[in-house]
Amino acid sequence: MTRIVPSGDSVVLIEFEERIDPAISAAAAVVAEAVEAAKIPAVRDVVPAYRSVAVYFDPLQTDQPTLIRRLTALAEQPPARERAGRDVIEIPVCYDSDLGPDLPSVAAFGGVTEAEVIALHSGVTYQVLMIGFMPGFAYMGTVDSRIAAPRLEKPRPRVPRGSIGIAKGQTGIYPGDAPGGWRLIGRTPVRPFDMSRADPFLFRPGDGVRFVPIARAEFEQRDSES
Amino acid sequence: MIVRVNRAGLLTTVQDRGRWGYQSRGVPVAGPMDLVSHRLANAIVGNDANSALLEVTLTGPQLEFTDDRMVAVSGAEFENVPARVAFAVSPARPLIFGPRLRGARAYVAISGGIDVPVVLGSRATHLPSAMGGFEGRALKSGDELPLGPPKGGHYVPTSGVSGLSRTIGTLRVLPGPQRDRFAADALDVLQSAPYRVNAESNRVGYRLSGPQLPHVGEADIISDATPMGSIQVPSSGEPILLMADRQTTGGYAKIATVISADIPAAGQLAPGDEIRFVVCSPADAVAALKAQEDMLLAVERT
Repeated sequence: MTRIVPSGDSVVLIEFEERIDPAISAAAAVVAEAVEAAKIPAVRDVVPAYRSVAVYFDPLQTDQPTLIRRLTALAEQPPARERAGRDVIEIPVCYDSDLGPDLPSVAAFGGVTEAEVIALHSGVTYQVLMIGFMPGFAYMGTVDSRIAAPRLEKPRPRVPRGSIGIAKGQTGIYPGDAPGGWRLIGRTPVRPFDMSRADPFLFRPGDGVRFVPIARAEFEQRDSES
Repeated sequence: MIVRVNRAGLLTTVQDRGRWGYQSRGVPVAGPMDLVSHRLANAIVGNDANSALLEVTLTGPQLEFTDDRMVAVSGAEFENVPARVAFAVSPARPLIFGPRLRGARAYVAISGGIDVPVVLGSRATHLPSAMGGFEGRALKSGDELPLGPPKGGHYVPTSGVSGLSRTIGTLRVLPGPQRDRFAADALDVLQSAPYRVNAESNRVGYRLSGPQLPHVGEADIISDATPMGSIQVPSSGEPILLMADRQTTGGYAKIATVISADIPAAGQLAPGDEIRFVVCSPADAVAALKAQEDMLLAVERT
């Protein structure tokens, strides 16, 4: 933690070093969980992001200096125990070219083949750096620099649910049909956000994620079931 | 036990106090644009503060009822609709909004509340993600909404609360978390002249035209949380005031934040209206919120 600053009269922002780095986001996720676990009565919501944790509070229930003192202590305290170990989440992906229409441009960006794009994308374990944009949308990093292509100049008006995109050093899954400018390289039958599940959210900030290539037949079968 | 929508109005949605607790998973809060009027309307008909009611925008609905209910309308004022008092509706006495008199958003509380399904702890409608409320959308004519059982008997005949303030266009702000991303005189510029609410404004936010707020360096930040009332400034220099349906996080520098006590007044603005921003102290912000809370508690305890 580097500092705590107000964001209006009912939010304080716990800030960390100013760069996108999985280690920093992991630290923010740990602090966010510690703040939630402390169950401070005046706290209404805790929102971790890449390098910050926003704490929404009721200014009629506590005053800002008191809350900041409490948060400083929580943030500086090493976690009482290791963060509950969550398994790496495996996401099956079909990288067929009609499901990943930007495979050619991502390959061209890095001067690699489309097969190498798939191998590079599915060859590392990513971390959930932040959840935002829409319910269940996880920003994950870090994408190999050879395939870290920038967003499209002109976003698509509609990106199909389950599409896997790349935007510079980050990758993500579109949880529902939405407009979007990320470069699409495949599609998953898995639903990151599904209200019919007991826990509708697949991801939490700090989770590890790995993409696993699957064949078209398996994609079609699982997509029709989900 | 139903309210039937004969005419929906421009944009009428079901709102409770919002979907709190899931922003870490990307779920926006939604809820009322004017929380004070929301609370007042519920208090007058004896509902719980978090009961779901209708938020009406600019043009009012025509509503029919299948049983006897008490209704209160707070916030924007309309012809033929009593303001901030409890009145009876029944199958023989529908609620028909006349033309708008003042304000942008009215809150129509019905005794018993609107009993749409609870989604992630809330009945609030979030329009961009089509979550909550009635089928995740604004009401249409022909919709039939279920009502909850009235708590019975306890109504506030007249709240004694005055109407919308004439200083509605003045919003107090505190310096924002990325104040240092702007020129040294940026807060003076923000206060130097009124900003106009553009046509491309909605429940997500208001786009504002007025003095440009140039950045020092880049406009983009590493995304962080976007509280309601935040004034974010994209590289164009034209500010956006974030409102109820905003995303949970965003990547533009935020120069200032409207104080909690004045966000409800912002919720009463419509395209074409003007805003004058005034910087205040954190102590002023909390004192204003306390005064507002005391006023609301007085009605709720009547």
